[in-house]
Amino acid sequence: MYTFLLSKIEVGSHLYINFTKSAHLHGETIFVSSVVVTLVSLFLFLGTRDLKKVPGTFQNVIEVVYELVKGIAFTQLGPSYYSQFLPFVATIFLFVLGSNWAGALIPWKLIEIPQGELAAPTNDINTTACLAILTSVTYFFAGFKIKGLGYFARYIKPSVFLLPINIIEDFSKPLSLNFRLFGNIVADELTVSVLCSLVPILVPVPVMVLGLFASSIQALIFATLAAAYVAEVIE
Amino acid sequence: MVDSLVAAASVIGAALAVGFAGIGPGIGQGNAAGQAVEGIARQPEAEGKIRGTLLLSFAFMEALTIYGLVVALSLLFANPFVG
Repeated sequence: MYTFLLSKIEVGSHLYINFTKSAHLHGETIFVSSVVVTLVSLFLFLGTRDLKKVPGTFQNVIEVVYELVKGIAFTQLGPSYYSQFLPFVATIFLFVLGSNWAGALIPWKLIEIPQGELAAPTNDINTTACLAILTSVTYFFAGFKIKGLGYFARYIKPSVFLLPINIIEDFSKPLSLNFRLFGNIVADELTVSVLCSLVPILVPVPVMVLGLFASSIQALIFATLAAAYVAEVIE
Repeated sequence: MVDSLVAAASVIGAALAVGFAGIGPGIGQGNAAGQAVEGIARQPEAEGKIRGTLLLSFAFMEALTIYGLVVALSLLFANPFVG
């Protein structure tokens, strides 16, 4: 009885680019991240080139995106602080949305790389960990900038007994952000891969659509939570 | 090669992790959806806001199941006790 390999799923294997014996990069994550950043920057640049009072189609799309991101920042941060953190929220939202959708929509399998496969860069835990740490650093920085040393009063509010819980919360916030995004994207990719290896025709399509929807919701959640953490520190 | 005891324990652990992780958030999301539907039934013009809040809450509850999935995936594919 002949068995042959129709499709192969590998989890956790990357294209390693080695510098020294211990320092290496994940080549495929960096490549897709660079493509996503280039595409998003190009999209935004082309849309805001000559702005007219009566917008054309492209400018209309950019205005929708801007209203969406401004809505997130405005709702969480309030009218006096939202403009300081709007670029940060927009970066997080657009990068996460762009990388999730680029991983799901662009046919990366057509390009064969020697080890690992090209997919959404957010399925690498290093990407999501980096975004989560960036959020953490941002809300620390926001606290110091806007409140000065009075930032540390936050740890003993509303009562001193909550001090250990507040300290633990400082670690669990970026951890939960990290794993939420990573888990959602990896779970969706694994489901689609397993379904494609079992029934390659028609059946994976609803799961792919669900994956598109869920990944865009995750981008919104990440941006909303980042803004909410900053707002919580600024009060 | 993989020690067979470690392999068997990892598989059982992964299955238990995902299985139990689905219980709590399942109950929670069902409750949230029920209350949301009741809210919409009571005031149909607030449907947009209710749906937005509902989806946001779903994402938070879903994250708890995903934590279990992450444990299962790491036991199956990136097992630190193997090799």
